[in-house]
Amino acid sequence: MELILIFISAAIVNNFVLAYFLGICPFIGVSNKLSSAFPMGLATTFVMLLTAIVTWLIYHLILVPYDVVYLQYVSFILVVASLVQFVEMFIKKVSQPLYRALGIFLPLITTNCAILGLALFIVLKDYSFIQAVFYGLGAGAGFTLAISIMAGIREELELANVPKSFQGAPITLIVAGLLALAFMGFAGMISV
Amino acid sequence: MKKQVSLATEYTKGLWDQNPVFKQVLGMCPMLAVTVSAMNGIAMGLATTFVLVFSSLIISSIRKLIPSQVRIASYIVIIATFVTIVDLVMRAQFPALSKELGPYIPLIVVNCLILGRQEAFSSKNHPGRALMDALGMGSGFIIALTSLGAVREILGSRTLLGFQVLPDGFEPWLVMILPAGAFLTLGLMMGFLNFMVLRKKTREEKELLSRHLQEPKMSLAKGQEA
Repeated sequence: MELILIFISAAIVNNFVLAYFLGICPFIGVSNKLSSAFPMGLATTFVMLLTAIVTWLIYHLILVPYDVVYLQYVSFILVVASLVQFVEMFIKKVSQPLYRALGIFLPLITTNCAILGLALFIVLKDYSFIQAVFYGLGAGAGFTLAISIMAGIREELELANVPKSFQGAPITLIVAGLLALAFMGFAGMISV
Repeated sequence: MKKQVSLATEYTKGLWDQNPVFKQVLGMCPMLAVTVSAMNGIAMGLATTFVLVFSSLIISSIRKLIPSQVRIASYIVIIATFVTIVDLVMRAQFPALSKELGPYIPLIVVNCLILGRQEAFSSKNHPGRALMDALGMGSGFIIALTSLGAVREILGSRTLLGFQVLPDGFEPWLVMILPAGAFLTLGLMMGFLNFMVLRKKTREEKELLSRHLQEPKMSLAKGQEA
């Protein structure tokens, strides 16, 4: 039950994008079309899950026992960067169409602050291994949800008559603001 | 040979022409997350500038030693080292501020503004030029963070840098200090700035057009220049 709460909390109540402002760059950059936003969300979720597992192991099995916690940023970011590289190679090997769909986004994921943020939050909240896994899954689901909704809205927005000075980033930010307002309705539902 | 621009221009371009936030839409995460007050904005801006300046200096000094295949990884390690320094210093010297900024200080590592400047500028220019560029971009970032922080602080809690600026009768807009307020305010600010730029441009175009009509030969030469 607690695990489900962690999942829902990370996905909806404390949505990474709309409540913590993590992963704004792809959220604004790749949310033009639903057909690219959804795969991007899935790729991010996959990397998030791997990151949660690997960084938890590194933190509790290497950094803490050897008392080198101050190395956490350097080691986390290196792990994330190499993980992304690994995922890219893996997808390229397994499925060419998927690689063509996701390939360009994968390098972007390295500098997605949601990934590093996830690793830091897991340390901050002192989660156990299973909790960390569910937290990572929830955060990924939340990111996918937010970016897909955003892409859906932006596809409709193409047809709308937006003032010239608000086209592009400004209107996207305002839409994101309204989305954040909507997600605020979930606030206080769960406090984990 | 590329046209050399003066060092002063390297600095000033970051303030407005290529302002990292308003023009390039980089570094949005800290921009939106910490700007509940102007003070937070300044602190975050200074921390980011520190990291940007020192990593630019180091990277442009050793740019010829870094093999291009592993350059991104090397940049990230250098940046992460400076972020660790900032984080430890802030935790020791300003514990309250450090607590308020929370995980957003370590997240400077993945601020695309910093990595972007290393890739686009420091790796191709000598240290002096990279230093000016980093200082300019940092200042532009501080300006953006502080102005957004100031607007949100004034409307959301009636204060500016902790001093009350709006009368008690003004009901604070709670939404301003919530996440939604950050998106809305930044969106409106960017839209407004675009509006000003567009208006200036159309006015200039009109002026040019009227000059064209008066002196057709002159305008032809001008057009070629442009």
